[in-house]
Amino acid sequence: MSDQLNEIEKAALESLQSVTDSSALEAWRVSHLGRSSPLMSVFAGLGKLSKEERPVVGQGANRVKVALESALEERAKLVKEAALAKSLEEDALDVTLPGRGIHVGRLHPSTQQLRKVLSILADMGFQVYTSREVETDEYNFQLLNFPPNHPARDMQDTFFVEAEGRGDNPILLRTHTSPGQIHAMREFSAMNPDNPPPIRIALPGMCFRYEQITARSEIQFNQVEGLVVGENITFADLKGTLVDFARRMFGQNARTRFRASYFPFTEPSAEMDIECFVCGGKGCSVCKNSGWLEILGCGMVHPVVLQNGGYDPARYSGFAWGMGPERQLMLRYKIDDIRYFWGNDLRFLDQF
Amino acid sequence: MKIPISWLKDYIDLDGLSVEDIARKLTLAGLEVDEIKYAGLPMPEYKDGEKHEFKTSGIGWDKEKLVVAEIREVMPHPNADRLTLLDLFDGTQNQTVLTGAPNIFHLKGTGKLAKPIKAAYAKEGSTIYDGHVDGLVLTTLKRAKIRGVESYSMVCSEKELGISEEHEGIILLDDDAPVGMPLTDYMGDAVLDISILPSMARNANVLGVARELAALTGRELRKHVNKETGKQGDKETGKQGKNAVRSTQKSVTDLVEIEITVPELNPRFVMGLIRDIEIKPSPYHIQRRLRLAGMRPINNIVDATNYAMLDVGEPLHAFDYDVLVGRVGQVGNLPYKIKIITRAAQDGEKLTTLDGNERTLTSANVLVCDEKGSLALAGVMGGLESEVTDKTKTVLLEGANWNSINTRKTAGQHNLQSEASFRFSRGVHPALAEQGVKRGLQLMAEWSGGVIAPGLVDEYPLKPKDPMIAITPKDVKRLLGIELTAKQIAELLTRLEFKCTVEKNIVKAKTPPHRLDIGEGAVGLADVLEEVARVYGYDRIPETRMSDSLPPQLGNPQHEWEERTRDLLVALGLQEVVSYRMTSRERESRLFAPEGSQTLREHVVLANPIAPERSVMRRSLPASLLETAEKNARGGSLAMFEIGPVFEPQQNGLPNEPRKLAIVMTGARLASAWDVKDSPSYDFYDMKGRIELLLSGLRLSGISYAPAPASSSPSAPLSAEYLHPGKAAEVKVNGQTVGVFGELHPLAKERYDFETAVIVAEFDLDALRNAAPTYGITPVSEFPPVFEDIAVIVDEAVAAERVESLIRQTGGRTVTRVRLFDVYRDEKIGAGKKSLAYNLTYQSDKTMTDAEAAAIRTKIVKRLEHEVGAKLRS
Repeated sequence: MSDQLNEIEKAALESLQSVTDSSALEAWRVSHLGRSSPLMSVFAGLGKLSKEERPVVGQGANRVKVALESALEERAKLVKEAALAKSLEEDALDVTLPGRGIHVGRLHPSTQQLRKVLSILADMGFQVYTSREVETDEYNFQLLNFPPNHPARDMQDTFFVEAEGRGDNPILLRTHTSPGQIHAMREFSAMNPDNPPPIRIALPGMCFRYEQITARSEIQFNQVEGLVVGENITFADLKGTLVDFARRMFGQNARTRFRASYFPFTEPSAEMDIECFVCGGKGCSVCKNSGWLEILGCGMVHPVVLQNGGYDPARYSGFAWGMGPERQLMLRYKIDDIRYFWGNDLRFLDQF
Repeated sequence: MKIPISWLKDYIDLDGLSVEDIARKLTLAGLEVDEIKYAGLPMPEYKDGEKHEFKTSGIGWDKEKLVVAEIREVMPHPNADRLTLLDLFDGTQNQTVLTGAPNIFHLKGTGKLAKPIKAAYAKEGSTIYDGHVDGLVLTTLKRAKIRGVESYSMVCSEKELGISEEHEGIILLDDDAPVGMPLTDYMGDAVLDISILPSMARNANVLGVARELAALTGRELRKHVNKETGKQGDKETGKQGKNAVRSTQKSVTDLVEIEITVPELNPRFVMGLIRDIEIKPSPYHIQRRLRLAGMRPINNIVDATNYAMLDVGEPLHAFDYDVLVGRVGQVGNLPYKIKIITRAAQDGEKLTTLDGNERTLTSANVLVCDEKGSLALAGVMGGLESEVTDKTKTVLLEGANWNSINTRKTAGQHNLQSEASFRFSRGVHPALAEQGVKRGLQLMAEWSGGVIAPGLVDEYPLKPKDPMIAITPKDVKRLLGIELTAKQIAELLTRLEFKCTVEKNIVKAKTPPHRLDIGEGAVGLADVLEEVARVYGYDRIPETRMSDSLPPQLGNPQHEWEERTRDLLVALGLQEVVSYRMTSRERESRLFAPEGSQTLREHVVLANPIAPERSVMRRSLPASLLETAEKNARGGSLAMFEIGPVFEPQQNGLPNEPRKLAIVMTGARLASAWDVKDSPSYDFYDMKGRIELLLSGLRLSGISYAPAPASSSPSAPLSAEYLHPGKAAEVKVNGQTVGVFGELHPLAKERYDFETAVIVAEFDLDALRNAAPTYGITPVSEFPPVFEDIAVIVDEAVAAERVESLIRQTGGRTVTRVRLFDVYRDEKIGAGKKSLAYNLTYQSDKTMTDAEAAAIRTKIVKRLEHEVGAKLRS
């Protein structure tokens, strides 16, 4: 009997050697450990054996069963590993094929830049104030201390709108966001005409100039202006605020300088330059070899403008400045053609 | 304004200041130097890594190699008729120099010159511009044989030295030029090209710039004319050299009288007279200065008017006196007393100006006339008839003052921008009229040998105010943030020639009689504060942080909401674009059928468009966006949006500027990839899905979709007329229409170039923003949900939305999700029928049993049967 068991074991183990996949493994299990396997028939015949033989054969059969089961388990592990190895090999990808894209949305670069500017200004306490794009001559010029026929109007070539009977107050496309200064001051001063509250606002928006559309000039452009009005505002505050802004905008090491300039609605007026961030001030094509980049125009709010806004210039003072997000982008990304912005070619927009 | 450094030196000692130092000081003070053009003075050499400061051009002249020389004889060239050989002395030795210069050719073979000619001589190895090529190309003189004669050096033209474009002949220096002197020392120059701000019109002349520079450096402004330009004579008072008036001739006042009819237009008119002049070229150094300053020398008289204008800032006009006499005639040997009248022109009156053009005038123009008629267009340009010619013997010189606004209008009207109109339209102080005439006469006398008649005719009916401004240290502290004493303030202003007195800590500053930019009262104070800050130096004012109280915190909810909307749209895969606000009716009408009501809509029309295709303000945002989409449609996938205003005109008033959102989608739904062969194109439901997500992102509920009305009135804020009538929906929030979307109408699509269907959406942002957002959130249940599918068959006419809303209503809070997963049509379920299959999710605040779910389901089915005649599909 024990020979028979040994035979069974030997034959089973031998045939297991040739098993290489999971279905053969299952077939092997059925034929060697299944109900009708030789080993199971040994168990089934135990009842017919004598009392003496029964424990001996039973033990022997159990030993073989354990041995076969453990061999099966071991083999199953090998088969599984082999199968995995095979499938891993077969499933290998060409990792150099291009990745699959998705349709992504982006903000227009001007919006991105406007947000950057406005978020810095928000940190500095400037709230956004917006106003209309089509304006009257009164708000765009006269209340800002540009009298009719003033030579300073030559600095801002203007689109006019057809409208009759307007006399000295034609309708036009705003040439700057500054009409918002008057709207804002009047709104704020109306809150408390005897003691108007202080103002700290940022005025973003589209402006228009009568120009030919070329690489260097456009008929529309965004502007962001800042306006501060209060009882203790000085030119030194203007410098401090704008230098702070420039450092946030262009880096903590940004060097600035203030040049005297002229705008009808500010006095004293200045232009702020920053040291060219392309060449570090050594001179390059971007700064036209001057080492400096014109970034913004600024000045103390003109007394006439304060007065027109409902703020007594003897008591209040303020400063204002204006700058162009598109110009900033052009300098930042070396964009040499301003027409890209409203051309909206996706091959341009995709780069931001 | 081009200012030669050498000319500035007439007025101020510039020792110790480099050209860059001067340019920097002026730039920081508001006289921005755009460019420095070197013409002989040494150019700065920037080593690697050193900082540039100014845009620079031109050349510096080598001190050793470029010198003043004298030509002693002009000899023929042995082998070339057109060339000559010069016997030239360069201060150390004689040289033989070859030249073809036409302006000494006539001296060929005349032997030793009685009076040697002074010339600019470039020795071997000099670097100068090549005179024979276009543009400015540097060349270095090398030894070469020209027609058998060795040549190694040359006498130079202005072009070769970088002074001007002039290459017609060589430079013939003035007779007193010292032979052997380095040219850079004799006439080396650099020109500052300065932008003149409107507030700085007073500085559109050499004296003005010198005055600024004197104030900025604390140096003295020299009152005396330097030897280069004149003899002695006080520049500021215009007192003439004592030899100028030689005889006791008739005074000008006996010969000429002036009548000013409108003083507001002509505050002052001054005339002087010079006789026995000889018209000839001006001295060379004067011609050179004029060219450096950007003017063309003509003859000594015209040059004197231009030179005096550039020098002191008063535009002058020279009349041929004899022509004027000829016009009015004589009495015996004596001419009539000439009467000059200034008046407004009559509408339609004609005048031929110096440039030969006959101009038709209007009553807005001002004329200088005599008793016979018009002579000149005041402040802009002289008339042709009375201009100075080669035959002129006697000059009547005008220095007048004209109203700036009127001059500006006239110059604009006739498109006549002259040096005179540039200045008058920005404002010239009337005091300069007298100074200018005196300076002009003095120069004419010097350069023409003429004799100045005694006296001036001077009508001065309207004197400017020259305001007196009171300014205190407190003002300076309050507005500039710096501490200055009254004495310091007075000192700074005095440098700019304000007459200041200090009393009880108050500075009273009297505006000097050359500037019109100082106002009165609070304006005057601001004007003077700017001058204090400029002369003190903007760079010396400290940088401080504001210490003022903070403003009311109002924020800008509309702006914030719009930015949030932009973010949502970007997250949905839409690219933002920004279009031109200006378009044309034709461009917009592409979107609308010709008979469409949109074509009847009014636009905000520009009075001065740059081009017909940009002649109105846009009325339709989808029209703008479709143009952008069309330009970008290259067979790929497009999904883009724009947010911005459109412009709705109001009768002769300001237009409304409602803000809109437009979305356009066209092309492939799937992003392109190597294993995506055929992507379906975007359709209606792609757009609808994004709109649903946008609205949920904005936390809006109460949203409904319905077929868009087939027609809408032209005044409707949203119109679906450009959309396919069967594939267009309007979007409502709480019953209020906020937008429309759908597929572009086939007729509209024909007018664009798109390959695939185009889906367009348009929202009224104000309506959308005003829709109240949902309050609170839907709680998330911890209990397991029960999922179930239900399919019902309904008539085709029953809208899916109706079925869904009935399911939701009936299911109540327990049905937390209703998702349509299939729409099926087949003959088996009947013609005109459709099957709608939904996933339902049941969930409540306890664990639900299948039986509870089934009960609700039964109720839903019954309701659907009852309301829309639905049949449960088994």
